[in-house]
Amino acid sequence: MTFLDDFMARAILAAVGTASACGTLGCFVVWRRMAYFGDATAHAAILGVALALLFSVSIPLGVLIVAVAMALLVGSLSGSTITPDSLLGVLSHSALALGLVSVSLMPSARVDLDAYLFGDILVVSSFDLGVIWGGAIVVCAILAWRWQALLSGILSSDLAYAAGLNPKRDRMLLMILVAAVVAVSIKVVGALLITAMLIIPAAAARLIARGPEAMAGYATLIGVIAAIGGLYAARALGTPAGPSIICGAAALFCIASVIGKLRA
Amino acid sequence: MPLIEAKNIEVRHGATRAVFGVSLALEPSEIVTIVGPNGSGKSTLLRAMIGAIAPTKGTITKRADLRIGYVPQTLHIDTALPMTVRRFLNLPVRVGTGAMRAALAKTGVETIENQQLSGLSGGQLQRVLLARAILNDPHVLVLDEPTQGLDQPASAAFYRLIESLRDDLGCAVLMVSHELHVVMSATDRVICLNGHICCEGTPDVVTAAPAYRELFGSGTGGALALYRHDHNHDHDHDHHHHHDHEHPA
Repeated sequence: MTFLDDFMARAILAAVGTASACGTLGCFVVWRRMAYFGDATAHAAILGVALALLFSVSIPLGVLIVAVAMALLVGSLSGSTITPDSLLGVLSHSALALGLVSVSLMPSARVDLDAYLFGDILVVSSFDLGVIWGGAIVVCAILAWRWQALLSGILSSDLAYAAGLNPKRDRMLLMILVAAVVAVSIKVVGALLITAMLIIPAAAARLIARGPEAMAGYATLIGVIAAIGGLYAARALGTPAGPSIICGAAALFCIASVIGKLRA
Repeated sequence: MPLIEAKNIEVRHGATRAVFGVSLALEPSEIVTIVGPNGSGKSTLLRAMIGAIAPTKGTITKRADLRIGYVPQTLHIDTALPMTVRRFLNLPVRVGTGAMRAALAKTGVETIENQQLSGLSGGQLQRVLLARAILNDPHVLVLDEPTQGLDQPASAAFYRLIESLRDDLGCAVLMVSHELHVVMSATDRVICLNGHICCEGTPDVVTAAPAYRELFGSGTGGALALYRHDHNHDHDHDHHHHHDHEHPA
């Protein structure tokens, strides 16, 4: 496995895997207006890191459990008297603060908090790669399987109900998938930048796509290009990898908006 | 056996009872129109009938494998989701190009298959929604004030289209409308709703019923006559003081 021993090659594989998982799911985040939910889940992930260390389970597992718990909590509390964005604000910042407090109570040698806030792609292991690619494949497979039903529910939940679908269950599924993507990508881009990886490529793709499938394809492509370009830029300039990838995505967003304007 | 049957249902929105004590059976190939003032629970009843909301009391039974073609009041088009007419008609089930074009032709919008949904006019969008609703060869078309935002000639044309589709497809039609004068001529049975069913029956029976008059006043009665093309010229409504809670045959 000499190829995988090369840290740059591993970093690229990790970034491309993350971008693939984020590309299509990010479109649903844009369509369903779940950006704030993505933030909340990512913030909860820090709590997941702390709990994983406390109970000595693997970090992706700890993050996944807390992120899914967040999704279920949001799903069960929404629809009550508090508006969804306030509810997410409460949960998101509470989870982040609780996570930061928990981490500070750990023996300091054990936790490199920056790595989880901003990502530390240059130290991904073969195990991490397995988690990232396994997660990406599962997420994309589930999205492909439920594709028609998910799109119908986004257009109109009444139309979906009339066709015998269950859009409420599909909404829950999307939240759990976002939680899963947060869990697998925290190592690469970090908790604070995961939403960017979900939103920016999808938003850029929206500017040039005429159909949902094309938008998902463009979003994945833009994410992958941003990931590879960002990593090389980070190595050349000595800048942090996660933010460099996001800068790359932002640059592609600008290019897409120019292309969109020229076409219109 | 009815296609959809609601038995003594109640639907609540939080603490308010939107619909209560409603029993309604939709028979094959009949056109049933629900009328009622704003806030009378018309849309709620319709959404319960298609399964979008669960009744808090009572039961709704659908015939096994019932195919419903639903046309919502309007479709809020979110520009975040790019969607052509062609792609939209392939949701949730993919259909062939031929079937898609045939449906668009039936509803009179065959030339717009490659346009974005967000770029359609209100009338075009309603016709696309109707095309989508008839694509799966439905047993019942359910329409929730499908002509909102259309002017009067356009909505009259739309209701004529629905009637001809019913004759073509042999499906039943259950719809909500407040355009009584336009809708009544094409209706077998009218249900006058104000939380509960105030009166029901053929258009003649309902428009003569005191409960209906109380809700809508007598002004609509005059407008109705213009559009109904009554042949017997029987304006002596004193003979029909029905307040009828039974299903007519």
